[in-house]
Amino acid sequence: MAEILVGEVDDFDQDTRVIVEWGTNHEVGVLRVGDEFFAYSNRCLHQGGPVCEGIVIGKVNVNLDNEKRALGRTFSTTELHIVCPWHGWEFDLETGQCASEPSLRLRKFPVKVDDGRVYLVV
Amino acid sequence: MTTPTTQVVRRKLVAGSQDTTELLRHAALQAKRRKFSEILIVDADAHHYETESWPEIVARIEDPVIRLQASGNSTLRGTTSILPGTTSGDIEMSGRIPRYARRVKEDGNPSEPRDVTLIRRAMHAIGIDYTVLFPGPLLRLGFHPSPEYEVQVARAYARWLTEVILPADEHIKSMLYLPFQDPMACLQLVREFGDCKGVIGFLVASYRDRSVHDNAYMPLYAELERRKLPLAFHSSVEWTERTFAVMNRYVSIHALGMPFNHMVHMTNWVINGLPERFPGLRTIWIEGGLAFVPFLMQRLDSVYMMRSSEAPLLRKLPSEYMREFFYTSQPLEVPLHSLDMLRATFDMIKAETQLLYASDYPHWDFDLPSQIYDLPFLTQEQKLRILGENAADLFGLGRNVSS
Repeated sequence: MAEILVGEVDDFDQDTRVIVEWGTNHEVGVLRVGDEFFAYSNRCLHQGGPVCEGIVIGKVNVNLDNEKRALGRTFSTTELHIVCPWHGWEFDLETGQCASEPSLRLRKFPVKVDDGRVYLVV
Repeated sequence: MTTPTTQVVRRKLVAGSQDTTELLRHAALQAKRRKFSEILIVDADAHHYETESWPEIVARIEDPVIRLQASGNSTLRGTTSILPGTTSGDIEMSGRIPRYARRVKEDGNPSEPRDVTLIRRAMHAIGIDYTVLFPGPLLRLGFHPSPEYEVQVARAYARWLTEVILPADEHIKSMLYLPFQDPMACLQLVREFGDCKGVIGFLVASYRDRSVHDNAYMPLYAELERRKLPLAFHSSVEWTERTFAVMNRYVSIHALGMPFNHMVHMTNWVINGLPERFPGLRTIWIEGGLAFVPFLMQRLDSVYMMRSSEAPLLRKLPSEYMREFFYTSQPLEVPLHSLDMLRATFDMIKAETQLLYASDYPHWDFDLPSQIYDLPFLTQEQKLRILGENAADLFGLGRNVSS
């Protein structure tokens, strides 16, 4: 296990992505949402797009009433997705699970915050 | 602990302009690992946004009244007073695909047309040797209710493309948009621009109220056959079209609409015996995917066997004609869990000789060459044919790989 310093906590805002590359084929994206940090392999499971460089957006839900009539759509405030900017594949921000095919999942990496500094653990 | 080989790069999502090279750096890595630099790759369907050069096109509109009308809204990209407004849906997925909005900020190279710079950047990153360029918003020109507008803008676009874009790079080719509402104008456009540098065929943007077997088009097809120039049908969709107006999501419109319009034209093309009337005219079916082809082959063969009297020009099964058509690969419907159906589809369309790789870049559902190269059921020879050699033979491009 190695810890890679990726920056200060205050360096991150919602539009910041820190990409860590090592070796010949390793690329991980680190992002901050609220007070939480997340890190995933930066290769989309679809065609290899830079998935961590996409937007984070709430899962879209359809509101059904008691008679199962569709009464419009809303964004979830608790289930967030990260969206690959190449083609729009969506993944659960907490788990990396693909929103449309649960058997697919981005590889997740631990992130450690220590004394105001953010470390990627690989 | 940071190892000496670690690189930490900070990126901002929104600020700043787009850099195609940066956006496609993973595509470049794929190309490097697969040694695409040693393989001939022809992109049979890529796009530019000609509306970003709208004033240059408007200046070439011959009718002074339409030219003045068109010039008044040059800053409204894609929604000018001439181009039909888009009701095709949320292509950008509400910002989930950010390159649509960001590309307008991307700088070109001052020494050449901006379009050429952007096209070259994408070609270089993806590993493409030749690109066949098609317009973006102009694909909807045929929806304009008045044929004279379609003719005027199609001719202006052809002039701009052949005067400015195609001469700038011999690796950029195009099949010129035909104003299909006016058959005689189509014929005139072929005669006027068919010999221009970089023009390798002509295009029907394939949502149309017109029937492709209408007698009015026979001189056009004869002229294309005589010149040995292929005719491409590029699918598109229109949400307000009666068939699709009952649908409420773009995912539905796109999934059905793109192959549907191909199926309508392909059925008319085959059943009315166009391949028998013009055996030397090669057709290319672009961006409808491939999954619809086995369905249509089976469906037409089955019905034709019972009702052959309605298609007296045919001398073989509909599917046999369809196996002689050319198809572009994008959007490749790659099954997630089994490739059996895709393999069967490749067999049915005779992909080894009839399939042309296409990226459709920069559109939202673009495909990289690795989509073809990584298919486990293809031999290396088949991959090379699909990625470039089939197109090189079809368009007469030669087999040389770009430096």
